[in-house]
Amino acid sequence: MTATNWDITELQGSPRRQQREKRVQAVVFSAALVSILLSVMIVGSLGFEAIRYITEVDLSRLWDRGWFPRNGVFDLKTLIVATLWVTLIAMVVAVPLGLSAAIYLSEYASVRARKVLKPVLEVLAGIPSVVLGFFALRFINPNLVESWLENANSSGNMISAGIGVGILTIPLVASISEDALSSVPNALREASAGIGARKLTTTTSIVLPAAISGLVAAFIVATSRAIGETMVVFIAGGAADTALFASNPADQGLTMTAAMASLAAGSDEVVGSGLAYGSLFFVGSILFLVTMGLNVLADRLVRKYRLEY
Amino acid sequence: MAVATPTTVRDTASIAESLRRKRDVKGVAFQAMMFLSLVITLGVLVVLLFTVISDGWPVLSQRLGGFLTSTLRPDAVDAGVVQGLKGTFYLCAIVAIVAFPLGIAAAIYMEEYAPQNWLTSFIQLNIRNLAGVPSVVYGILGLTIFVKGWGISSITGGSSPLAGGLTLSALVLPVVIITAQEAIRATPQALREAGFGVGATKWEVIKDHILPYAAPGILTGTLLSIARAAGEAAPLLLIGTISGIITRSAPWYDVTQVQDRFTAMPTLITSWAVQPDTGFSVENAAAAIVILIFFVILLNSAAIMLRNRFESKRSG
Repeated sequence: MTATNWDITELQGSPRRQQREKRVQAVVFSAALVSILLSVMIVGSLGFEAIRYITEVDLSRLWDRGWFPRNGVFDLKTLIVATLWVTLIAMVVAVPLGLSAAIYLSEYASVRARKVLKPVLEVLAGIPSVVLGFFALRFINPNLVESWLENANSSGNMISAGIGVGILTIPLVASISEDALSSVPNALREASAGIGARKLTTTTSIVLPAAISGLVAAFIVATSRAIGETMVVFIAGGAADTALFASNPADQGLTMTAAMASLAAGSDEVVGSGLAYGSLFFVGSILFLVTMGLNVLADRLVRKYRLEY
Repeated sequence: MAVATPTTVRDTASIAESLRRKRDVKGVAFQAMMFLSLVITLGVLVVLLFTVISDGWPVLSQRLGGFLTSTLRPDAVDAGVVQGLKGTFYLCAIVAIVAFPLGIAAAIYMEEYAPQNWLTSFIQLNIRNLAGVPSVVYGILGLTIFVKGWGISSITGGSSPLAGGLTLSALVLPVVIITAQEAIRATPQALREAGFGVGATKWEVIKDHILPYAAPGILTGTLLSIARAAGEAAPLLLIGTISGIITRSAPWYDVTQVQDRFTAMPTLITSWAVQPDTGFSVENAAAAIVILIFFVILLNSAAIMLRNRFESKRSG
C-alpha cells in the first residue's frame, strides 16, 4: 500500500483557487473601507471651507437683521429659529400620530390587519419629499393654515412646512416605535393580564414604560430627520434665497437646510461672493454636527433596549 | 362560620356579573383613538394622492403624450418632462452600477470576513452614522468632490448626471449595506457548514449558497434605494442641476450625456412648484409629481411584496 504517498499540499486545493480567495477578500475589504472614505470626504469637504468662512467673515454679520448671503448678511438666528419652529411643529404632528399608529399595530391589530396597514405606511414613507413640499404649499397652506390663521403668509410659512415635514416623519416614528414595542417580551403582557390588569392598563403601565428607551430613540431620530429635511421647507417655507428674521411661525421662514438649497438654486450654481459660498459649508457643518449628535444618542438608546431583552 | 361560605360565593358571582356588565369604556376609547390616528395617517396619503392627481388632471388627461416627450419650454402649455425623465433614468442607472456592487461587497465583508476587532466595529458605527446624514450634506460632498474635485471634475464634466449619480450612490450606499447585511445575516449557519464540509472555499460558499439565499432580501434593499435616489432633490440642487431651460435634448441611448448639464424629475418639480405661473406651479408640477410617484410607488410596492413573499416562504 502506498497510503503515505500523497502530499499534504494536494489537500489544500490549487494555488489559483487560493489566490482567488485572497483577491476576493481584498476586494470586499476595500468596498467596506469606501464607507470610511465617504465619511472622511464629507468631513473634509465641509471642514475646509467652513473654517475659511469663519476666519474671513465679519462676526457681527452673523447676528443681524436676516439671512442675505449674497449681500454679506448671515444672521444665524433667522435660520435657527425657523429650524426650531419647523422641527417643533413637525414633532407635534408626527409623534402622536406615529406613536399611536405603532401602538395600534403592535398591541391591537390582528395579523391580517397588520399585513394590510404596514405596507400602506411604508408607501407613505417612500413618497419623495418634493411631493410633500408641493402638498404643503398647495393643499395644507390654503386649506388648513390660512383658514385658521388669517395673517398666515399665503406664499408659504413655517407652519405649513412644519406640518409637511411632520407627515414625512410619521412613518419613521411609527416604524421605530413599533420595533421598540414589539421587542417587549410577551411574558410581561401575560403577567400583567394574569394579575387582572385590563388591556389599557397593560399597554400604558407595562408595555410603554418597558419600551421607553426605544420610543425616545424614535423621537430623537425623527427630530434629526426633521432638522435635516430640505425640500419641504424649500418649497413650502415661503422664503426664497433670503429671509428677514421672523419669530412668528405663520410668517415665511428659511431653515438651515432650505438656506443651503437656496444658495444653489435660482442661479443653477452656487455663486456669489466667496463668503456666500463659504456660508453654505458653515451652515452645512452645523447641520452635520447637530444631526450626527442626535443620531449617536438615538443609536445608544436603541442598543440599550436590545440589550435588556 | 356556616353562613360565610354562601355569602362569599354570592359576592364573587356578583363581582363577575358587574365586571361583565361594566364595559371597559376607557379601554375601548383608547383603542379607537389609536386606530383613528392610523386612519388619519392613511387619510393624508389618500388626500395627497387625490390632490396631485386632480391638480395635474388637465395635463394628464389632455396632453400626456406631449408632456412626456417635450422639453423644458418657457410656455407652460407645451413644456414637458422628457429631459427630467432622462436625467432620472441615468441617475438611477449610475446608482445601480456604482452603489449596488459596492454596497453588497461591503456587506459581504462585514458579515463573512470581518474579524471582531476595533476596526470592524468602527466601520459598522460609521455606516450607521452615514445613514443618518441629511441628504443636503451629501450634496456638499458631491459639489466639492464630484463637481469641483481636482481631476474628478474632468471625468464627470462638472454638474452632470455622472456627478449626480455618484452623489446619490454615496447617499444610498449605507442603506444598501445595512439591508444587505441583514439579508446575509439571516442565512442559516448550516448552509455555510454544509458548503465547507464538502470542501468549498469561503468565496465559493458565499457566491453559490449565501448570495442566492439572501438575494430577495438584498434585492428589496436595492429597489428601495433606487426609489430613494429617484425622489431625492436636495443633493441635486446643491451640485447644480439646471432648473431653467436646456436646449440640448440628446436621444435616450446617447450615453455621452452623462457628462452634460442635466435636470431630473425631482429638481424639475421643485423649480416648477415655486414659479408664479400656475400653469407651471400647479398643473405641470402636479402632473410631473404623478409620473414620479407612479414610479416610486411601483418600486416600493415591488420591494414590499418581494419581502413579504420571502418572509412567508421562510417561516412557512
